[in-house]
Amino acid sequence: MTTRRSFLAFALTVAVLSLVAPSTARPDGPLPVVATFSILGDVLERVGGEHVAVTTLVGPNGDTHVYEPTPSDARAVRGAALLMTNGLEFEGWIDRLVDVAEFDGERVVATDGIEPIVPNEDAHHDGEENHDGDAHDDGENRDGDAHAEGRDATAADEHTERAGDEHGHGAFDPHAWHDPELVAVYADNVADALAEIDPDNASDYRNNLAAYHAELAVLDSEIEAMMAALPENRRIVVTSHDAFGYFGRAYGLTFEAPRGLSTEDEASATDVAVLIRQIRERNLPAVFIESIGDRRLLDQIARETGAVIGGTLYTGALSEPGGPAGTYLDMMRHNATTLRRALGPNQ
Amino acid sequence: MIWNAVVQPFVEFGFMRRALLGGVAISLGATPVGVFLMLRRMSLTGDAMAHAILPGAAVGYLVAGLSLGAMTVGGLVAGMTVALLSGFVTRVTRSGEDTSLAAFYLISLALGVLIVSTRGSNVDLMHVLFGTVLALDDAALALLCVIASLSLVTLALLFRPLVLECADPEFLRSVSGLSAVTHFGFLALIVLNLVGGFHALGTLMAVGIMILPAAAARFWVEGIGGLVTVAVAIAMLASLCGLLLSYHFDLPSGPAIILAAGFVYGVSLSIGPAGGLLSQALSHRRLEA
Repeated sequence: MTTRRSFLAFALTVAVLSLVAPSTARPDGPLPVVATFSILGDVLERVGGEHVAVTTLVGPNGDTHVYEPTPSDARAVRGAALLMTNGLEFEGWIDRLVDVAEFDGERVVATDGIEPIVPNEDAHHDGEENHDGDAHDDGENRDGDAHAEGRDATAADEHTERAGDEHGHGAFDPHAWHDPELVAVYADNVADALAEIDPDNASDYRNNLAAYHAELAVLDSEIEAMMAALPENRRIVVTSHDAFGYFGRAYGLTFEAPRGLSTEDEASATDVAVLIRQIRERNLPAVFIESIGDRRLLDQIARETGAVIGGTLYTGALSEPGGPAGTYLDMMRHNATTLRRALGPNQ
Repeated sequence: MIWNAVVQPFVEFGFMRRALLGGVAISLGATPVGVFLMLRRMSLTGDAMAHAILPGAAVGYLVAGLSLGAMTVGGLVAGMTVALLSGFVTRVTRSGEDTSLAAFYLISLALGVLIVSTRGSNVDLMHVLFGTVLALDDAALALLCVIASLSLVTLALLFRPLVLECADPEFLRSVSGLSAVTHFGFLALIVLNLVGGFHALGTLMAVGIMILPAAAARFWVEGIGGLVTVAVAIAMLASLCGLLLSYHFDLPSGPAIILAAGFVYGVSLSIGPAGGLLSQALSHRRLEA
């Protein structure tokens, strides 16, 4: 209700402004580009380097699932040469924004070419795929296919009773950025798009891409080592919403959550009961709160089971710059370290 | 069998027990207020007041984070301001109570959204403000119980003037100075119960548990004592059934409780002896014969 009302209001504003404001020719200088949320913005900055000026719509610690765009967002999108979205129906509000802002630049969907996770109704996922050392191509691999080989599209969602459309989004788990190998694909897609609209600087983009690929590969092996150190019976993580499917798939952990794929979902008593039983049965020592959303339900679960709050995980946004998760690489390291510390064998 | 279905969930899980206690507390506090709202033909006021309170709670959150105290105080201040202003305008101009309340709650809501947006917080505040009955901590439970006690005591103290104000407000105003106290005290109770209901159920549910049981009780009894008793009983029953439905059928808890109350309303409407559809049809036939 409020969404439609406020959206109509700013749609009218933009319409009026577009009649009045003179169109601006593209100035020389960095390309204005827009990313929908902070993680994408970071990747875009790394690949684009000094040739791009990045505007991020959903800032640090923001919740993209339920974001409502503002008129200044419409202005930013309107003037952008490139718009980077996650895809997999993560940003339910982006299509309307693009329409209203009359965006006519290049649109990049970060998850193009990725094999998405389809949350399954009765998936019971016990032997998770381990992230073996398949060849990490350091920058020449543009195809999503090589990634698809090592994984199949089994669902990582262990909620036996959850219907596929309960989470209010589409049929896919959108949180692909929790797997560094997939973020390499994100970077590939962006580099391609940037090279296309700005061929003069294409070689710079490729170089930045190669450097980023190298860093991602290092990150990947670090995380793998940390997760491999966790004992078998402690590879279960309880957090607020189902954001870690891809991380679990990549590194052999299981993630459980009372809410579904979106922070918008409301938990049922069944969800909470199932989780509490699981925690009790397996003697899980810790649950993890998220940087976005509401921690009260997790606090309740922790209280009842005696589990501790193992720390804060960053699921859908970076922290403020300089914080524990100011860049994507920092964010992933922080999450892995937090998990390792709380669930590791020396607890 | 029945034990497993009905009692077992509460034995096994602390969060279910707390949720039930929260539901009972709200039933004791909000539902009697709802009965009076209904009698004064102010049922929709509840919904309007819920919107008026939201910005106050949002500002409280901005100032002090997810603090029960800040959001409660903020909600109270916003709600009482809107209530007082609209009450004042109603008494002093020829605006109806509904119009002035609508005007002020809309202004309050818009102000709240404005304040929240310009502070630049990207977190969906409305989402954070919606509590869930499954996540009641000690502080929230204590708040609900305090509000329930306050409501019951206040209603008992103001019972006669309240009843008279429902029936004939002009008369009350002419014979007693308690009219203003009663009116605003009652509005304060509405605001208080809605604020408490937020933390437990979220806005929609808080209003739902106020109005639906009262509306249903109307079809069973006539006298006001009976109305309050039956309404509270229905509210508690709805809390219990809603929680069990949520538990056994994987439904979100808040809507399940309100829909349980709605179901009772539907049944009451159909077969309730005091003015229900069936009883009306039957009495028609009798008259004809």
